[in-house]
Amino acid sequence: MFMIFGYPSALLFGQLLLGLINGAFYALLSLGLAIIFGMLNIVNFSHGALFMLGAFVAWGLLEFLGISYWWSLLLAPIVVGAFGVLLEKVFIARLYKLDHLYGLLLTFGLALVIEGLARNQFGSSGMPFAIPRQLQGATDLGFMFMPNYRGWVVAASAGMCLLVWLVIEKTSLGATLRAATENPAIVQSFGINVPRMITLTYAAGVALAAFAGVLAAPIYSVNPNMGASFIITVFAVVVIGGMGSIAGSIVTGFGLGIVEGLTKVFYPQGSSVVIFVVMVIVLLTRPAGLFGKGGH
Amino acid sequence: MFGFSRPQGVSFLIMLAAVIISPAFFYPILLMKVLCFALFACAYNLLIGYVGLGSFGHAAFFGMGGYIAAYSAKKWGLDPALAIIAGGLVGAVLGAVFGWLAIGRQGIYFAMITLALSQMVFFFCTQASFTGGEDGIQQVPRGKLFGMISLQDDMAMYTVVAVIFLVTFLLIHRIVHSPFGQVLKAIRENEPRATSLGYRTDDYKMLVFILSAGIAGIAGGTKSIVFGIATLTDVANAQSGEVILMTLVGGMGTIFGPVLGALILNFIESYLAQLGAWFAVTQGVIFVLCIMFFRRGILGELAARLKVAL
Repeated sequence: MFMIFGYPSALLFGQLLLGLINGAFYALLSLGLAIIFGMLNIVNFSHGALFMLGAFVAWGLLEFLGISYWWSLLLAPIVVGAFGVLLEKVFIARLYKLDHLYGLLLTFGLALVIEGLARNQFGSSGMPFAIPRQLQGATDLGFMFMPNYRGWVVAASAGMCLLVWLVIEKTSLGATLRAATENPAIVQSFGINVPRMITLTYAAGVALAAFAGVLAAPIYSVNPNMGASFIITVFAVVVIGGMGSIAGSIVTGFGLGIVEGLTKVFYPQGSSVVIFVVMVIVLLTRPAGLFGKGGH
Repeated sequence: MFGFSRPQGVSFLIMLAAVIISPAFFYPILLMKVLCFALFACAYNLLIGYVGLGSFGHAAFFGMGGYIAAYSAKKWGLDPALAIIAGGLVGAVLGAVFGWLAIGRQGIYFAMITLALSQMVFFFCTQASFTGGEDGIQQVPRGKLFGMISLQDDMAMYTVVAVIFLVTFLLIHRIVHSPFGQVLKAIRENEPRATSLGYRTDDYKMLVFILSAGIAGIAGGTKSIVFGIATLTDVANAQSGEVILMTLVGGMGTIFGPVLGALILNFIESYLAQLGAWFAVTQGVIFVLCIMFFRRGILGELAARLKVAL
C-alpha cells in the first residue's frame, strides 16, 4: 500500500470507485431527464419513483417468476417504459398546452402516489437483492481490490450512456428526434407522427431510469425511498450541467460522482452537500450551467 | 376597508367569524395548527399565485423559522413575540439567499434550484448542533407575551395565533392589491412585456420572494411556539410538498384559497387518522386530481363560476 496526499491509496481508490458508481446513476438519471425535457418540456419529478419501480420490478421478477437479474436488465426497463407510456397518454399529454408548472406538479403528485403505494406494500426497510452469481467476488487490480459487481455497474452504465449518445447524435432516428425538439410543427409537416414520438421519448427516458434502478438493486437494498433520496441530487446535477446537451449530462453526472467520492476522503462531513455547493458556485459563475444554452 | 371588493369583504367576515367561534367546536390545538399552515400557504401563494414562481423549497423557511423561534425562546428566554419575529427575519434572510441564486433562472430551473437548496438546508439542520439533530428542540416554553400574558392556556395562545394570522393575512391582501401587486401580476401574465414597460422584473421577484420566505418563517416560528417543539419534519421536503398541495387545492392566486386548502388538508390528516400510511398516497391522488380536473382549485373554480375575485 502506498500513500497519496497523506491518504492510503486503497481508501482513495475505494472512495473514487464509490463516487464513480454514484456518478453512473447520476449520469443515467440526468440523461433520462434531459431527453424527456428536450422533447416534452417538462421536468419529470416522478423520475426517482420510476427508478425505484425499476428496482422493484427486478425484485418481483426474481421473487415470483424466478427470472434472473440479466433478463431483468432488459425486462424491467420495458415494463417501466410501458408504464411510462400509460402515464404520458393518460396524464402528461393533457398538459402540454399549459404552463410547465402544471407538468411539474403533476409528476410530483404521481411520485407521491407511486412511492406511497410501494411504502404501504413493502414497508420502508427494503429487501435485499443478491448480486448475480457471475459477478460475485472481487478482482485484484494491483492498486486496489475491486468488487466485480461495482466494476460492472460503472461499465454497464457508461456503455448505456454511450449507446444513447450514439443513437441521438449519429442515427437518422436521433436526427429526427433532435429536429422535433427544435421545431415539432415542421417535423410533423414532414409526415412524422410527433405525438407518438413524444410518448416514446418519455417511455425511453423512464426506461433509462428503470435500467439504473435494476443496476442499483444489489448495491442499495430495494426500498421505496431509494429514488427520493437520489432524485434531488440528480436535479442539482442537472442544474450544474444544464439540460442543453446529452454528452454534457453524462460528463457532469460521472464528474460530480467523482467529486463526491473524493470529498468523502478529504472532508467526510461535506460529502452530503458538496454537489449542492458546486451547484451554488456554478449558478454564480455560469448561470446557464456548464453545458447549457441560455438560462431560459 | 383594505381595498376588499364586496365578495372578498363577505368572505373575510365569514373567515373572521369562523376564527372567532370555531374554538367552541374544535380543539384549539388543531385550530392553531390549521392557522399556522394557512399562514404558510398564504405566504406560498404570494409567490406561486401572484408571480407564478413555483418554489419547491419553502420548507426551508418554515422549518428554519421554527428552529430559530424555538431556540431563542428556550435558550435565550426571548419573549414569544420576539422569538416569532426572529423566526420570520431568519426566514427572510434565507429567502434572500435562495432568491439571489434562483431568481435569474425561470420555471423548471427555479423549481429544481429551490428544491436542491432546501435539501442543503435540511442536511445542515441534521448536522448543526443548535437544532438538536434527530431529537429537535423540545420543551420550548410558550412564555409570557410582552412579559405579562401567560400563553400556557390554549385559549390565550389561540388568540395570539389568530391575531398573527389575521394581521399577516391583511398584510398579504394589501401587498397583492397595491401597485406593487399589480406589477407582480403583470410579471406572471407576461414577463417580457412587463420588462419592456420598464419594470426591473428580477427586483420585484426578489422582493416578493423575501416577503414570502419571511412570512413562511413567521408561520414556522408560531407553530414551534404553539407546539413547543421544532423538528426535522418541518424543514424536510415533504413539508414543501404539503404547502404546495394546500395552495393548489384551495386555489392558487386567490386570497382565501390557501386558507381553505390548509383547513381541508389538516382536517383530512387529523380526522382520517386511520388513513395512516395511506396519507401520502391520498395526498398524491388529490394532487393528480387537482391538476387534471380543477386546476384553479376550489375557490378558483367558485370564483370563476360566480365571476368574482376571491
